[in-house]
Amino acid sequence: MTDKLVDIRNLTVRFKGGRTVHAINDLSLSLDQGETLSLLGESGSGKSVTLKTLLGLLPPKRSEIEGDILVNGTDIRTLSGKALQRYRGGEVSMVFQDPGLALDPVYTVGNQIAEAVMRHKGLRKEEAMDIAFDMLQRVRIPSPERRLKNYPHELSGGMRQRVMIALALACRPRLLLADEPTTALDATVQIQILLLLRDLQREFGMGVIFVTHDIGVAVEVSERIAVMYAGRIVEEGTTHEIINDPRHPYTRGLLAANLHDVAKGERLNAIPGAPPALEAPPTGCSFAPRCPMAGPECTAGVPDFVHLGPRRRVACLRVEPVPAE
Amino acid sequence: MALVETSEAAGPASAQSGYWSGVARRLVRDPVTMICLGIIVALILSAVFAPWLGLADPYKGSMIARLKPLGTEGHLLGTDEQGRDMLARLIYGGRLTLFIGLMPVVLAFFVGSVLGIVAGYAGGITNTVIMRTVDVFFAFPSVLLAIAISGALGAGIVNSLVSLTIVFIPPITRVAEAVTSGVRALDYIDAARASGANALTVIRVHVIGNVLSPIFVYATSLTSVCMILAAGLSFLGIGVRPPEPEWGLMLNTLRSAIYVNPWLSALPGLMIFVTSLCLNLLSDGVRSAMNVRD
Repeated sequence: MTDKLVDIRNLTVRFKGGRTVHAINDLSLSLDQGETLSLLGESGSGKSVTLKTLLGLLPPKRSEIEGDILVNGTDIRTLSGKALQRYRGGEVSMVFQDPGLALDPVYTVGNQIAEAVMRHKGLRKEEAMDIAFDMLQRVRIPSPERRLKNYPHELSGGMRQRVMIALALACRPRLLLADEPTTALDATVQIQILLLLRDLQREFGMGVIFVTHDIGVAVEVSERIAVMYAGRIVEEGTTHEIINDPRHPYTRGLLAANLHDVAKGERLNAIPGAPPALEAPPTGCSFAPRCPMAGPECTAGVPDFVHLGPRRRVACLRVEPVPAE
Repeated sequence: MALVETSEAAGPASAQSGYWSGVARRLVRDPVTMICLGIIVALILSAVFAPWLGLADPYKGSMIARLKPLGTEGHLLGTDEQGRDMLARLIYGGRLTLFIGLMPVVLAFFVGSVLGIVAGYAGGITNTVIMRTVDVFFAFPSVLLAIAISGALGAGIVNSLVSLTIVFIPPITRVAEAVTSGVRALDYIDAARASGANALTVIRVHVIGNVLSPIFVYATSLTSVCMILAAGLSFLGIGVRPPEPEWGLMLNTLRSAIYVNPWLSALPGLMIFVTSLCLNLLSDGVRSAMNVRD
């Protein structure tokens, strides 16, 4: 299994505090080298928590983590101190949702990229600035030598996200985590950033886990999609399989709740109900209360995955183990 | 909005010049702040270079030339109750008054920032211990606290410095803690950690860089209060001891001369008033000049 870039096995994350929140429940996920996977799900389905767990960024006192998280064959939960710092940013780095908040307002863009490079590569300031300049060119920022000396507030949203990507990729990580990197941007800039990410992924040959709630974005960037609901993966497959042959009722609902192909004046197809509260661990299928196909057996136990092929699985009792056709 | 992405102009004119040159430009355009700055600089320079200004000896009195009015030959601002030259004493007095008026804020700025940043960044039990201890000091009015500590330690310059520093650590700690915990919750701290920075680097680079200027601006607003407190301690006889020239102390010793020569006895008070007013307006001006992000 060491050829896998990421191999998460039976991950469970709980947040303690005033009330316990079962954010991730028994999640298993794997990513090959150089592969792009989208984690698709609505707010609170545990997408961002999965990413933060991968970087060990969750507050240790308030969160309980169980399961194995292997990145490149090392269990990152055993990392600490220097090794953890080398791993963060060196092996894996992250692009945050809002580049306006994720860049430090008091340092120039060049300094911030150079800081990360100096930390990981032990280079001198001038060499690190050269790398920063090179990275800004690669993310296709207009007039990069001027941008090096700019502060984040002097850049537009799209440029900030390009800087954020340059910062994340400056140390050539094997794995890039992208936490809804286009949500804070407007539509035309979104496309540019997605295309840029796709090109850079090919150029650097890195693995990407891309978190999004927008199925259109997921289709645009990724080869594989894992659909998450209430802290679990409910369906996983290639983008083609998910789009053309969705098996889980939730995935079907997501695809149906699409603004395209809807005649004017017609009601939009929404999934009825709301996601469950995560205060208790799931005892049955979390989607059952909203599912049009649910029966009493659905709430009796957490449904196991039905494997429809290599790396194609669905957690639904209504799916036949062998494809019907 | 989408076109901004491709257009060349990103920021306003500030794209070329840095943040501090923008602050300086706004300061220069503010006449009140510039006048106050001028007065403060003049006071500090005259205090520092007092021995070279050709003034009379501020300690040498004369029994026959006591309480001379303003404009007396040889004594431009008159003489005090022991016949010492008022101009010399006021300028020499600036040395001590400004020193014990500003130094405690500087010391408290360092101590309070460290305490507040540690409390704000660490959170949890560390935060509780530091902040609740600080809260105890808030139970006392600052004047009373200064008098109590000075009274306990005894009169003297060092003791006034210590007591005033203790008085100003709690408010600065509180401000530092508030801004730090605000900054800590922001994404760029997570982003720095995600790129492999350790806690010390995060604090040194990203926290301090973002919290220092609000703490500094707050501290400057305390200088005028501190000056008045310092003068007050001397006035009450638990600060600087005579015969050292110090404005608060001079105000006290000239108190009895108010019926004989009211203008003379008002002079030290006027100096305190003008200095603290200028410090206040200056810190206001600096604050509004620095307060233009985005």
